Amino acid sequence: MEKRRAVVSVVGKDKVGIIAKVTMTLAENDINILDISQTILDDFFTMIMIVDVSKQDKLDHVRNELDEVGDALGLKITVQLEEIFQAMHRV
Amino acid sequence: MSIAFDEMMETIRMVQMDNLDIRTVTMGINLRDCADSDFEKMNRRVYEKITYYAADLKAVANEIEKEFGIPIINKRIAITPIAEIIGRATKEQTIELAKTLDKAAAELDVDFIGGFSALIHKGISTSDQTLLDALPEALSSTDRVCSSISVATTRSGINMDAVKQMGTIMKEAAELTKDDNGIACAKLVVFSNPVEDNPFMAGAFHGSGEGEAVINVGVSGPGVVLDALKRYPHADLGEVADVIKKTVFKITRAGELIGRVVAERLGVPFGIMDLSLAPTNALNDSVAEILEEIGLERVGTHGTIAALALMNDAVKKGGAMASSYVGGLSGAFIPVSEDNGMIRGVNEGSLSLDKLEAMTSVCSVGLDMIALPGDVSAATLSGLIADEAAIGMINKKTTAVRVIPVPGKKEGDLIEFGGLLGRAPVMPVNSFSSEKLIQRAGQIPAPLQSLIN
Repeated sequence: MEKRRAVVSVVGKDKVGIIAKVTMTLAENDINILDISQTILDDFFTMIMIVDVSKQDKLDHVRNELDEVGDALGLKITVQLEEIFQAMHRV
Repeated sequence: MSIAFDEMMETIRMVQMDNLDIRTVTMGINLRDCADSDFEKMNRRVYEKITYYAADLKAVANEIEKEFGIPIINKRIAITPIAEIIGRATKEQTIELAKTLDKAAAELDVDFIGGFSALIHKGISTSDQTLLDALPEALSSTDRVCSSISVATTRSGINMDAVKQMGTIMKEAAELTKDDNGIACAKLVVFSNPVEDNPFMAGAFHGSGEGEAVINVGVSGPGVVLDALKRYPHADLGEVADVIKKTVFKITRAGELIGRVVAERLGVPFGIMDLSLAPTNALNDSVAEILEEIGLERVGTHGTIAALALMNDAVKKGGAMASSYVGGLSGAFIPVSEDNGMIRGVNEGSLSLDKLEAMTSVCSVGLDMIALPGDVSAATLSGLIADEAAIGMINKKTTAVRVIPVPGKKEGDLIEFGGLLGRAPVMPVNSFSSEKLIQRAGQIPAPLQSLIN
């Protein structure tokens, strides 16, 4: 099966439990994390994960759940297919 | 190939902070096979064909917007210039057809439908004239129908008979929508050298060289370019051009990807990418502010045209490198009402109508979304159109006029148009008359293509 990958980005004010909550939601949706990087910039927590979404036909469900997590923690969480980054940054 | 953390952050930043968006996904639809001597039949076929082809346009665009995380602001339809299919229909029937188009657009929930148009740069046929006669009422009795009229090309010259009529039509259209600040004129654009694959409104139509249906994509992002430039406050102008070029490259690539995916899912060929820096009233999403960032105290002062020429050319170069099929207008738009920096320039006295006119000789597209006093004469409007057409004709480029003579308003009043159209301060016109030039009418001959100084 063709590999389909997406980028999950999490940006917001740092607090306890962000990674736990986000990765829990991904695990519950059967989404494997391939890579994860994280930094704190001016008090702002920024995390980017590359995830495998080959098994997910639609991402709406997980996107809605992540939105709820984001609202609860005051974070902006986005899920974008990886192709957009490839297109913009690789010739 | 793996993408670095910084690169991912750059994309995310462009969308979340700098208003990177796909301004429009525009589906072009050929309506020639809808023509019929029986108006009712044609009317029905037009409705059915548009609603059939574009049935999933909005849903697919929304789906892709979510998947890639880049907003698609408008979904639009461009159709065969209506004057080419109406045949012997009457003025009333042509107005009826405009309402049908409006209904189709409403049914599909698309933002605009463009192509209530006529190409009359050389002469005016009977059906062209019917469309012109129908225009003021058609535009004022519909919400989403846009019209473009071609009055000049480099190869044919300027049809001053058409220019003369357009001044009058604009006045009538404004008068018919006087309670809404003459909004009908915001949906009417007069072209010199129009392009057949432009996805932007109000000037989109599906040209005769196009196929059955096509997806054209318009991408914008003045905010992204502005933000990139702010990081290089001391770069020389060669480096400034380079920064713009690189930024535009990335934006265009994003647009092309999305255009191709939309086209594939709708089963329609992908046409072109049009990378045009189109401002909005959102904070920092301004072409004027880019020019000011390059080094002007206020847009409109001396040096504005040099800065704009640099920017427009860099935009084209970045776009051309990023996509194999660049088309449409590709450059920078300078609509006054949609650009907070332009509005400030007008309010503070740095930017005049004359300077805007000069700016259009080095960028796309023309005098755009400018509010004029309500008492401006039809001949003055025609004179304005003729000047702009001449700039396009001689420079072999597209130019356009989309101005709104706002009934009952005078210089300095601020006019709210709403939505993407924004707000504009009324700008004064030259008080001397162009009446005689316009009354002469006739055709200004096509220009020489050599001896080009």
